[in-house]
Amino acid sequence: MERKEIINQLNGIFADVLDLDEVNLTGATTADDIEEWDSLSHIQLIVAVEDAFDIKFSSLEIMKWANVGQMVDSIERLTSQA
Amino acid sequence: MFTFNELKKNLRHEAGSLPTIRMALVGDTATQFLATALRGTGVARGFHIDLFEAEYNQVERQFLDPGSELYAFDADVVVLFQSTHKLAEQHSMMTAEQQEQLADVRIAFVASICENKALAGKKLICLNYPEIDDTVFGSYANQVPSSLTWQVRRLNFELMQLSRQYQNLFLCDIAALQNKFGRDWLFAPNIYVSTEMVLSLDALPFVASRVLDIACAIRGQFKKCLILDLDNTLWGGVIGDDGLEGIQLGHGLGIGKAFSEFQLWVKKLRQRGIIICVASKNDEQVAKEPFERHPDMVLRLDDIAVFQANWETKVDNIRAIQRVLNIGFDSMVFLDDNPFERAIVRENIQGITVPELPDDPGLYLEYLYSLNLFETASYSSADKDRTRQYQVEAQRVQLAKTFDSEADFLRSLGMTSVVSGFTKFNTPRVAQLTQRSNQFNLRTVRYTEADIAALASDPEVVDLSFTLEDRFGDNGLIAVVVMKPIDERGLSASAESGTRFPDLREASHDHPETLFIDTWLMSCRVLRRGVENFVLNTMVERARQRGCRRIVGEYLPTLKNKMVERHYLDLGFLPLEGQGSGRYVLDVDAYQPKECFITIK
Repeated sequence: MERKEIINQLNGIFADVLDLDEVNLTGATTADDIEEWDSLSHIQLIVAVEDAFDIKFSSLEIMKWANVGQMVDSIERLTSQA
Repeated sequence: MFTFNELKKNLRHEAGSLPTIRMALVGDTATQFLATALRGTGVARGFHIDLFEAEYNQVERQFLDPGSELYAFDADVVVLFQSTHKLAEQHSMMTAEQQEQLADVRIAFVASICENKALAGKKLICLNYPEIDDTVFGSYANQVPSSLTWQVRRLNFELMQLSRQYQNLFLCDIAALQNKFGRDWLFAPNIYVSTEMVLSLDALPFVASRVLDIACAIRGQFKKCLILDLDNTLWGGVIGDDGLEGIQLGHGLGIGKAFSEFQLWVKKLRQRGIIICVASKNDEQVAKEPFERHPDMVLRLDDIAVFQANWETKVDNIRAIQRVLNIGFDSMVFLDDNPFERAIVRENIQGITVPELPDDPGLYLEYLYSLNLFETASYSSADKDRTRQYQVEAQRVQLAKTFDSEADFLRSLGMTSVVSGFTKFNTPRVAQLTQRSNQFNLRTVRYTEADIAALASDPEVVDLSFTLEDRFGDNGLIAVVVMKPIDERGLSASAESGTRFPDLREASHDHPETLFIDTWLMSCRVLRRGVENFVLNTMVERARQRGCRRIVGEYLPTLKNKMVERHYLDLGFLPLEGQGSGRYVLDVDAYQPKECFITIK
């Protein structure tokens, strides 16, 4: 799956979970950039992304992402394995 | 079931205008998500949950420290969530001898909470322990008392025993949720590692729902009646087209088995006290034939309280059933295989629960199990007779039509009543009535069995219960009154402080002349039978015996008790001057006994 396509899909998921009208993620976006993205909604995002892409993140991955780009790396890797 | 995201969004509608439940949540793992799910589920059920969430892993401190925030919060309901994870951790650090005692130690802790004086009058909802099969012994763990499997199963069993001992303890069976949906559904290891949260996002709405089921049942909100469609709901096929031999029913291979097992479940609900009714578009005789003659029918006509089979709409028939039963639509469940009928009923009858039955009748039962429709906060053996009582009520309705005057009709019933205080025999039923009665209930004070026992042993309290029997049968215990002495000073003080009644202990020192009606409620089965007059005659008699000269009653409006808005005025009470707060007074000396057609048995 193309990174751009993944980010597009993530925009929709983030908007839904964080209850925002529009989200424009880039690879560099971090939780600091979006007010609603707190430690609780982070968990919701993980589960929503897992469901949407039909993947499971490892416990380690969940904690080490520094930005959206690294999340996309994980998604790319996991979906290409499928 | 809602998703967690939906529940979280519900918090936007968490307005102060909803009735409030003060709830404390104490857990030994991260509970922020469960707190959110509980509040969101509360909104969905029409409650504002004022939630106190204890700091992470403070179970012992919150309960053992008298100065803890938990006690300061003064919750109505305390939810205790101790996880199997922490239990397993403790277990793994113990010697084999200690391991064998693990369940006992936890039980002793829960028992100490139940006995805690600082929590008197609070309800404790304790989540039980979903099993973790650590396979240290394999299946042989079933034969080793020190194994985790043995201790968890024993703990869950001993919790059940404990709940028989402490009436303020309610168990939330999340182990049953895990049995239904699986360990891998309840628990998400990758989320647990980063959050210390032992419930997955998928499981949270279900767990919160099960907790709220109990909290609502304690408040008197639960399902009392199941209304069934017939064709393709209770049996396969259409009785009017396929005939008695053609419908699918009965054991052996094939879909008939699914309907038989569904009926077995309905039968158990009936035996538990759920009122079973039928609403079917059919000719009555045709619809009744399987109940009378089909060898594989589990349900028989005497299982059905009200049988409505005709060509009117389902909506009309459900309304007709409601008129006989006299219970709220929100305590009714309607099951129909036809999505069209379900939609019409749902749109036209507010409050009724209409589950979206799956297309495949083979899935009915497991789907219905997942909804946990029939939660309750009490159970007494009298529940079993309820169907019979409603059938009898239908006969009375028929008979009443043949009399010219109401008095003639009432006289013909030959009504008798046993009047008694609260005893250990009637305590479960009395408590249950305080929890169930919504319509004919002047102040809607809910009491547990422990509360009722305390009232019974208090010499200051006038406790009265009434049964009603007539020539059609015994209605059992149908009315409850609690009166407490109060002095006039306390009365005026309470008007300023709102609906909470002032401390009665203080008032009882100097022989007060006034009795305050703390509770007056009646089962709606016996409306319009003159029971109110009989009860008031008895109350005045008791007041005179105590040398009391005034009886003060109060009407506290709820969404459901408008029926008794004018109750005290109709009985000749006068509005209490300078109050304007729904309080009424009766002069005991001037009271003339009211006419009634009930004699003391």
